[in-house]
Amino acid sequence: MGIRIEKVDLPGIGIRHDLVTEGGRRISVVSHRDGERDLGFFDEDDPDACRDSIPLNDDEAAALADVLGASVMLSRLTSLSDETAGLYTEQIALPTDSPYLNRTLGDTKARTRTHASIVAIVRDGTVIPSPTPAERLRAGDVIVVVGTREGLDGVSRLLANGPD
Amino acid sequence: MHETTLLLIEVGALLLGMSLLGRLAGILGISAIPFYLLLGLCFGDGGFVPFEASEEFFQIGSELGVILLLALLGLEYTADELFGSLKSSRTAGIVDALLNAVPGAALALLLGWGPIAAVALAGVTWVSSSGVIAKLMRDLGRLSNRETPGVLAILVIEDLAMAFYLPILSALVIGVSLWQGVVSVAVAVAVVSLILFIALRFGGFISKLFPADQYEPLLLGVLGLTMLVSGLAAEVNVSAAVGAFLVGIALSGRVAENASQVLTPLRDLFAAMFFVFFGLTTNAVDLVDMLLPAAALALVTILTKLATGVFAARRAGVGTLGQWRAGFALAPRGEFSIVIAGLAVGAGVAPQLAPLATAYVLFTIFAGTFLARLPDADWFREAVRRRRVAKTG
Repeated sequence: MGIRIEKVDLPGIGIRHDLVTEGGRRISVVSHRDGERDLGFFDEDDPDACRDSIPLNDDEAAALADVLGASVMLSRLTSLSDETAGLYTEQIALPTDSPYLNRTLGDTKARTRTHASIVAIVRDGTVIPSPTPAERLRAGDVIVVVGTREGLDGVSRLLANGPD
Repeated sequence: MHETTLLLIEVGALLLGMSLLGRLAGILGISAIPFYLLLGLCFGDGGFVPFEASEEFFQIGSELGVILLLALLGLEYTADELFGSLKSSRTAGIVDALLNAVPGAALALLLGWGPIAAVALAGVTWVSSSGVIAKLMRDLGRLSNRETPGVLAILVIEDLAMAFYLPILSALVIGVSLWQGVVSVAVAVAVVSLILFIALRFGGFISKLFPADQYEPLLLGVLGLTMLVSGLAAEVNVSAAVGAFLVGIALSGRVAENASQVLTPLRDLFAAMFFVFFGLTTNAVDLVDMLLPAAALALVTILTKLATGVFAARRAGVGTLGQWRAGFALAPRGEFSIVIAGLAVGAGVAPQLAPLATAYVLFTIFAGTFLARLPDADWFREAVRRRRVAKTG
């Protein structure tokens, strides 16, 4: 995953994310303050200029992201923190010495203990969305958690040290 | 005819006329500001049919218009954006100020209007219209372009600079002795710095005063606070407009989002009245004398803005075409130039400044809107490509 996405501030308008593909083409997503998004494609002759841009509403952008793949879905999850005050998303790598290694997600009782929700697990580059309590945690798993700041810290501690 | 009846008829006719002109501007793809100015000229002193009854009404409306313009400008920017732009584009901001303020100041001195008018005209030529330019970039689909962040950062710096420039100008135009002038400028700068500090530091606290989701109390509360702070700011000779800008900066989060939503229609109404009023109070006959100096000034300062844009884009590593785009996009002047001219003329500094500023804004908006599209034309792209090939080959 050597993909580099550049974030650029557009004062008074919103934020822009740029991606340069392996083939040298640039794609950008302008996220307006009001939630509207523009998908921009760059000119091959003039790499500074946007040849065409397509406005997408929230649902359309989400659907497109789903089609494009799992890693895009993750970045959408992480953008939650910008939109909802007080709610954060974090990707926590499962510590190699975690007491929950090879045990089920249900064993952690994470939601009851920390009030934070585990919404996905990233394993070997693929995403397991909405994992069930029966899902077994493996070495190298990355756990995607949504919750308050304290809740996320709680999950980190829980996964590292077990219940307090 | 009864006074109120006449007022209704005049105001109604003007608003209706503004609506039609706004539509025309939309079809032509340019800002409606020059049309509003021209409409005001037609019905003001020296115009075809001078309107009498509505002038006072439009005067109050125009004062509200300035306040709302600035308040919403403040609402648009977050503290991070202000400081981020300052950090990333400081040099471009300084180049912008020097290149574009000097021609205005020089012309005022050349015309023998005195040093205070020179400061005012320097401001008129310095500040681009962030409203016109942001809309232009959106309409031309340039938000994703690489030169765009640099252009926007210059606009942010100009807007922030206005927060200091306007109170300094207000202090100067009061026209007291040199020493008192220095004192009032110092007081103005200190007050603005203090308010800016409070606004950025404790903005979250101020936002808590307002209910974000109840639109009516939010509208009344934000409008009330803005007018109150503007009034107080005017009382201590910091311009009312700056007070409004600072209130806008202080509000953040959902309160800012929803406040700008409820205030935008009000801003559109009163800002339009501001431009019409400026036209109403400007003598159309004087305008004719000022056409030549205004055209010369517009020509020079469009070139200096072009240089500014090229400089900023080149520093950001943008190619030749992008440099042209950035340069031409910065050309339109608008609301601030008129606000500055209004401030100076209102205080009795060089009355010819009003017709000059009107003509100047008309020229730069029309020319700027046209020039901004130039780099998209095929022949222009072809010419740039040929020159590049000739250079490298």
